[in-house]
Amino acid sequence: MARFAARRLLGMLLVLVAVTVIVFVIFNVIPSSDPAARIAGQRGATDPQLIANINREWGFDESLPVQYWRMMEKVFGGDLISYTTRQSVDEQIWEGVPATFSLCIGAAVIWLSLGVLFGYLSAVRAGGLTDRALTILALVGISMPVFWLAAIFLYYLTFKVELFPSGSYVPLTQNPLDWAYHLVLPWLTLAVIFVGFYSRVLRSNMLDAMHEDYVRTARAKGLSDRQVRTRHVLRNSLIPIVTLFGLDFGVVIGGGAILTESIFNLQGVGQYAAEAIENLDLPPIMAVTMFAAFFIVLFNALVDIAYAWLDPRIRLGGSAR
Amino acid sequence: MSAERPSAQVEPLLQVSGLVKHFAVKRGLLIDREVDRVRAVDGVDLRVAPGETLGLVGESGCGKSTLCRTVLQLLKPTAGSVRFEGREIAGLSRREMRPLRPRMQMIFQDPYASLNPRKRVGQIVGDPLRIQRSASGAELRRRVRELLERVGLSSAHFDRFPHEFSGGQRQRIGIARALAPRPRLIVADEPVSALDVSIRAQIVNLLDDLQEEFGLTYVFVAHDIGIVRHVADRIAVMHEGRIVEEGPADRVCERPSHPYTRSLLAAVPIPDPRESRARRRAGAARS
Amino acid sequence: MSEALLAVRDLRVEFVTEGGPLRAVDGVSFDLSPGEVLAIVGESGSGKSVTAQTILGLTRSPNARIEGTASLRGEELLAASEAELRKVRGDRIAMVFQDPLTSLNPVRRVGDQIVEAIRAHRERIGRGEARGLTVEMLDSVGIPQPERRIDDYPHELSGGMRQRAMIAMALALDPEVLIADEPTTALDVTIQAQILDLLRRLNRERDLATVLISHDLGVVAEIADRVLVMYAGRVVEEGALDEIFYDPQHPYTWGLLGSLTRLDRERPERLPQIRGAPPSLLDLPAGCAFRPRCPHAFGRCTELPALETRGGETAGHRDRCWLTPGEKRESRAVGGRIALEEAR
Repeated sequence: MARFAARRLLGMLLVLVAVTVIVFVIFNVIPSSDPAARIAGQRGATDPQLIANINREWGFDESLPVQYWRMMEKVFGGDLISYTTRQSVDEQIWEGVPATFSLCIGAAVIWLSLGVLFGYLSAVRAGGLTDRALTILALVGISMPVFWLAAIFLYYLTFKVELFPSGSYVPLTQNPLDWAYHLVLPWLTLAVIFVGFYSRVLRSNMLDAMHEDYVRTARAKGLSDRQVRTRHVLRNSLIPIVTLFGLDFGVVIGGGAILTESIFNLQGVGQYAAEAIENLDLPPIMAVTMFAAFFIVLFNALVDIAYAWLDPRIRLGGSAR
Repeated sequence: MSAERPSAQVEPLLQVSGLVKHFAVKRGLLIDREVDRVRAVDGVDLRVAPGETLGLVGESGCGKSTLCRTVLQLLKPTAGSVRFEGREIAGLSRREMRPLRPRMQMIFQDPYASLNPRKRVGQIVGDPLRIQRSASGAELRRRVRELLERVGLSSAHFDRFPHEFSGGQRQRIGIARALAPRPRLIVADEPVSALDVSIRAQIVNLLDDLQEEFGLTYVFVAHDIGIVRHVADRIAVMHEGRIVEEGPADRVCERPSHPYTRSLLAAVPIPDPRESRARRRAGAARS
Repeated sequence: MSEALLAVRDLRVEFVTEGGPLRAVDGVSFDLSPGEVLAIVGESGSGKSVTAQTILGLTRSPNARIEGTASLRGEELLAASEAELRKVRGDRIAMVFQDPLTSLNPVRRVGDQIVEAIRAHRERIGRGEARGLTVEMLDSVGIPQPERRIDDYPHELSGGMRQRAMIAMALALDPEVLIADEPTTALDVTIQAQILDLLRRLNRERDLATVLISHDLGVVAEIADRVLVMYAGRVVEEGALDEIFYDPQHPYTWGLLGSLTRLDRERPERLPQIRGAPPSLLDLPAGCAFRPRCPHAFGRCTELPALETRGGETAGHRDRCWLTPGEKRESRAVGGRIALEEAR
């Protein structure tokens, strides 16, 4: 087990390195991404000397591998500077983290609990009215694009009826109630699609599990229906959910919340990334991408380890016969 | 199964010497390194004369399925020699094996899994001919229909799908498919284990008839030593990747020399209550 | 003759399917005495597994119609409520299934699953005590180092040990009846012999009445006292072990016996076979279901015979075949074997 974990974490490091190289190469290949021109702004169009100065000052006239190396030094040294805003990228990311984490963790709690609840009910009352209703709800939820849903929420619940604030983030430490109040709509927006998806997956897993031989054995032992459902059917069906959750959560933290943050103006890391992309500002893009890659890869590795722990058949090097 | 014993002087159709098939168990931190080997086939010698049936018996995990696949070059041997029709085929490339494939065919255990559920029966049976380009169009259809009739189905089954048939019928389809390219050797890997008891005899008898009619040579693999003894001229007993005993079927079953063979035979239940009780009493008296 | 421990009368189970009503069990009756081993023999579609599972109420569902009675020491099971049946399952009637790899929960430890069975019926037993009992049970079924094996997962045990563990789980609460549904089919022949030995020993030591379901007459000959032969949902012959093997009265039984290979006899030129295949339960022929495959069928066979003693020597030996005893004796012996047809 330990060897398995060590392998995954080592692989993680290699993936991160590869990600940084790819981002760097892409950025240098995109047309109109010339950073000197962006830094120079309007004046750069007419003043070639300015461009040359900037190139020398920022190191853009050096070879690509050297530029890459310098950037990595700055990333780990903590003094990455944005081309457009001239501010420290690290600081900006750090400031955005509370909002992003609040949004993602809150949404995750909601989507996990509702998803499992709806999936369980659907499976247990399969074919009945509850199941059909929840199925429709799930499919509707999956079909709604995040930005559209956000727009609908904003229009009806903040504009037409001023039930919720229309955006911006209130720090938890400042005012917990207000913090939650501002996050309700963003949480729901982000969670809806996952609730739909997870309830379908759990329902399907549970229905399959109910026909398995070990469930028949459990009933033959004299366990009550509820005991059979929770200790055998649900328990086995949750394993793929756990791994799915790990992957989804990693992606969401890493940048999946970008649209939600931007629409609700939460000033989180995702929104910061959105703005940097608009301005083709490489340092923030690089930093946020690494931030995202780190979480995605970390959760990928955690999920693999968790899965091996939850399902003993998966453990490599086990004495399976 | 055949009426006459093939003479020992005739060149064997299939000759296997020192055949080895190991699977590497790999593990490592960054790069996978081989830490152990699964010795599925660990030095096997076999000989099958033309027209003969060799029975291969063993329990689960002894390596008999791996042996079949390695002999037919569906898996690449780790070491050893396989001579088919006098020619060395171990280690041949896929392209080199192609012209030989029609002459060596396989029948599989699970009639539910070994037929493509999306293809019609006529297509399944005709595929070997199509692939080898030995027939096409109307001629191909005619040969397929003939084969279907020969294995006890009807040519009207040409257009049906596998799921419309019972287990025994599907196994017949598999046999027809194996016969299509006119093979000399058929390796049957547990062909009746998954079938109902009352159907097994039908399939065994069918294989018997086909052997006589087409001059086939069989390697018949099974864990049921009773069936193997009925069909085989010679029996090889396999245990942990090796052949521990080999000889004429009756001799191996009546006077086994290897302890493993003896334990295998002793474990077979006798479908005769008086004999079974007598055997148990004798066993209790001995201990 | 002791009173029947388990008495089944006229059991009928019908499932509503897309293809129409499917009669899986059609009028099955039998008695099981304390300490007796009853074998139910049949192939796919015979209804043997459905019969066993229905006794424990495992086939109850909205599209199942169940008729008849099954009573354990006089207590009616088929009409009992789920709550009442739950008390019987595992505690008074226990069941062991065919494939121990899929019949045990793969992500839970073997010991936990046995402990769960114990505590489902004896709430007062604490975890520690239940674990101790589990170790004892694993030991009594011949599992070495039971205190280690108790924490293994199913896939970590070999096939034979897994089946022993399942038997241990079934017997943990000392039930009166054990139903074993093809307990050795998935096992190698040497392991099968060990499991049969174990079942025989348990039957003797605990006076454990056993219903053994199998398609393998060899297994039946080794362990059964009485035999029920089932075909297409009906009992076609029943009797004591020796009666069935040495004086069989139904052509289907002849066919099954004839198609057996025997290592201690000379092999026949051709393996006697039964032509055709078991019928689809959705489309049974009128009268005797075996008629299309029976070479001795005649006019009367379109009428279903009742299960009664005809050619058998004792009252307990009954069959469903219209042939006269004389005709039966003639027809069943072919070339010294009991068979249906040898010629092509």
